[in-house]
Amino acid sequence: MTRLRWLVPTLYIVFLMLPIYWLLNMSFKTTNEILGGFSWFPAEFTIESYVKIFTDPTWYSGYINSIAYVGLNTVISVSFALPAAYAFSRYRFLGDKHLFFWLLTNRMAPPAVFALPFLQLYSSIGLFDTHLAVALAHCLFNIPLAVWILEGFMSGVPKEIDETAYLDGYSFPRFFTKIFMPLIGSGIGVTAFFCFMFSWVEMLLAKSLTSVEAKPIAAVMTRTASTSGYELGLLAAAGVLTIIPGAIVIYFVRNYIAKGFAMGRV
Amino acid sequence: MNKVQNNKAWFMVLPVLVIVALNAVVPLMTVVNYSVQDTFGNNVFFFEGTRWFSEVLASERFHGALGRQFSLTATILAIEIPLGVAIALAMPRSGFWASVCLVLMALPLLIPWNVVGAMWNIYALPDIGLLGYGLNWLGISYDYTQQPLAAWFTVILMDVWHWTSLVVLLAYAGLQSIDENYYRAAQIDGASRWAVFRYIQLPKMKHVLTIAILLRFMDSFMIYTEPFVLTGGGPGNSTTVLSIDLVKAALGEFNLGIASAMSIIYFLMTLLVCWLFYTITMQGEKS
Amino acid sequence: MAQITLDKLAHSYFPNPQGEADFALKEIDYVWEDGGAYALLGPSGCGKTTLLNIISGLLVPSRGRILFGEEDVTQYAPEQRNIAQVFQFPVIYDTMTVAQNLAFPLVNRKVPRDEIDKRVADMIKVLDLGDKANRKAQGLTADEKQKISLGRGLVRYDVNAILFDEPLTVIDPHLKWQLRTKLKELHHEFGHTMIYVTHDQTEALTFADKVVVMYEGEVVQIGTPEELFDEPAHTFVGYFIGSPGMNVVPCSVAGDRLQLGGQEIALPRRYAPLEGQVEMGVRPEFVKLSANGEGIPVSISTVEDIGRFKIVRALLEGRSFNAVLPEGAEIPAEASAVIDPTRIGIYHDSHLVRGEA
Repeated sequence: MTRLRWLVPTLYIVFLMLPIYWLLNMSFKTTNEILGGFSWFPAEFTIESYVKIFTDPTWYSGYINSIAYVGLNTVISVSFALPAAYAFSRYRFLGDKHLFFWLLTNRMAPPAVFALPFLQLYSSIGLFDTHLAVALAHCLFNIPLAVWILEGFMSGVPKEIDETAYLDGYSFPRFFTKIFMPLIGSGIGVTAFFCFMFSWVEMLLAKSLTSVEAKPIAAVMTRTASTSGYELGLLAAAGVLTIIPGAIVIYFVRNYIAKGFAMGRV
Repeated sequence: MNKVQNNKAWFMVLPVLVIVALNAVVPLMTVVNYSVQDTFGNNVFFFEGTRWFSEVLASERFHGALGRQFSLTATILAIEIPLGVAIALAMPRSGFWASVCLVLMALPLLIPWNVVGAMWNIYALPDIGLLGYGLNWLGISYDYTQQPLAAWFTVILMDVWHWTSLVVLLAYAGLQSIDENYYRAAQIDGASRWAVFRYIQLPKMKHVLTIAILLRFMDSFMIYTEPFVLTGGGPGNSTTVLSIDLVKAALGEFNLGIASAMSIIYFLMTLLVCWLFYTITMQGEKS
Repeated sequence: MAQITLDKLAHSYFPNPQGEADFALKEIDYVWEDGGAYALLGPSGCGKTTLLNIISGLLVPSRGRILFGEEDVTQYAPEQRNIAQVFQFPVIYDTMTVAQNLAFPLVNRKVPRDEIDKRVADMIKVLDLGDKANRKAQGLTADEKQKISLGRGLVRYDVNAILFDEPLTVIDPHLKWQLRTKLKELHHEFGHTMIYVTHDQTEALTFADKVVVMYEGEVVQIGTPEELFDEPAHTFVGYFIGSPGMNVVPCSVAGDRLQLGGQEIALPRRYAPLEGQVEMGVRPEFVKLSANGEGIPVSISTVEDIGRFKIVRALLEGRSFNAVLPEGAEIPAEASAVIDPTRIGIYHDSHLVRGEA
């Protein structure tokens, strides 16, 4: 029983990796070979699809767009959530509990419900098809999340530290940036990771709010698919490339992931 | 922690409030507005009161989508929660292999949702996809584009693939918070493997599991992109869950009143279930 | 219940230890008597937890054997050894009531239901938890939780030994004393062998019949509290036990003559010639201060008045040298120390040397 314990996570990881392997497998095949039938490995190994993506601006600008609005959203979410989380963790104020709960309910708002109103809202303020529009729209679910996680980390820092710093003559902004933020550094890292993650994977809003200039990579994939017929190799390669930023980010925060979850705040 | 009463703290919350309100209140008002009006185009609207609501609540179509939604969500929770816990229990507690497991398992969580859909769309194809080909090779007739049951199975399998890791990570984090001495004490007390799980591991995981269930409930209740890309709601209406139906009504048929009324009903249901769940678990914690 | 024999036991965390320094626990050969109350005393990192883990079965020693009675248990897992352990931080099963917690080890061992009920009821009485029997264990205070962890061992009646790993760390100071008294009481009542690990000398000296003092992986002395006070076998024991600790200063010894600070003291015993580092040790309680030039000149740095007595901190040839004087004693300005020769210990490379009478 205990000796076979490793089998459980191993089988699960195999189950997780198979579809990814299949995508990788196809990305190195030509479209003809893919449609020709089932095969475990590419018969004619080609990196043509990847070359196409990295040389065709409609493709690679999709990547730049995605990374631009995800980065923008992460910065906005974390920097807005920091003072708010501090307020929730340190002070009692009129309506604080209701406000906190209301913030969390926004995490429950189904994007499908909001897609159309968002489109009208951001068109009317002239932000349609900009990175900022998507970044702001993703704040709907990322800011509540960021406040929630950060509040957990901040509550773990004893209040005496704040009081000592004020006694030592620190002003609030200096205390916050020089003393407090380094203390919750790993918390900020975890928060940024989750903001990145949820903004990177969300597509319904990102697609609805853009048309040309700020179109995310995944939207480029589906639109290309419908206009130029089924170029499956190209699609697979683009899919593989969307996995890579996530994989890099996970690798860097791997030691913090469990910790962030352990705060019980995700 | 004792908190200080300080209403100036509002100023620190204000930026968050403004940005979330812009995103939540304005669109919500738009939706509410649509839900009580009708239009013949040209931005001319008529007040319709609760007509759309009663229409939606009485419609076969809504009942169908709602039923499919609940069975999908229930199935997903019934599979992912126990499976996630089991995997977390079997994972190494620390060291190199624990890191490897965490990184590999987190991978599906960071793939854009429509890529997940597209990936499974191909993976499950009976002629060129590994899953579809494999099942047919085993003698099981499987084609998710034609058979409603197969489509249903694929949507669930895809969700298990996509989200079980979230439960694993949460449960794993809960397990990490258990001091080694608890296991030693249990060993000395002669506790069986089951007793260790029941009286040490499960109580410590209770909090994170509550979060896992809530998150999986909310997210599976809102699920749209992955099944839409995978099956487009078909074959027929067999995988048309709430969000897909909603978008069909709003964008496909441009039936804004119906779609908005559905949105509101749907949002209220999520809120209600979450609130109930939250209250019940909180009450259980107090007594 | 059984006596516990440590037979040439030693442990190293390295797979291939090279020499003494690699051993976290240096060779120890000792018999713990059945029903004794022992304390393992030493600073953190001295190897006391290693020794405890070997006894409890969490560690298999690199060398030697451990016997419970006549049975060699060296390779046994903790649950096969039939011992109980109380940890530093209370381990209780949060979701169970106090009574269920106490019943847990018995239920696991398939003891009949009515027997369990009887024993648990007894134990609740003994531990003074009567009013809390059916409360969830979660909301209890730390000392109540520690009592429950102890109770889970005691209900088993037949345990070979109960091990305590710094059990009072998280207990409020005023409750420490109470809990310690309770522990003493239970020891008398049940007569289990108890082994108590601590770095606090008060806890060790008040709890134990025999104290095992450890220092850098070595057992430096095993003795009753009186023996540790009167005849420290190692300068570390002298320092560590007593407040303030023993005065230890370098000196030279020839036969029954001790040379210190330009003075000669006649010793009651004769010593063979000693190579290497020679020190004399005397407890501050056996040092008097004189104003008339008798004894060895010292310079006084501070005087702490503790009420019942005074601690005089002084320097003898630049080394700290303390004296404990009775309340109201005169502190001379030009002081010299008069040492009771019968209370002097001679230490060779830190170990006590016994002279010939």
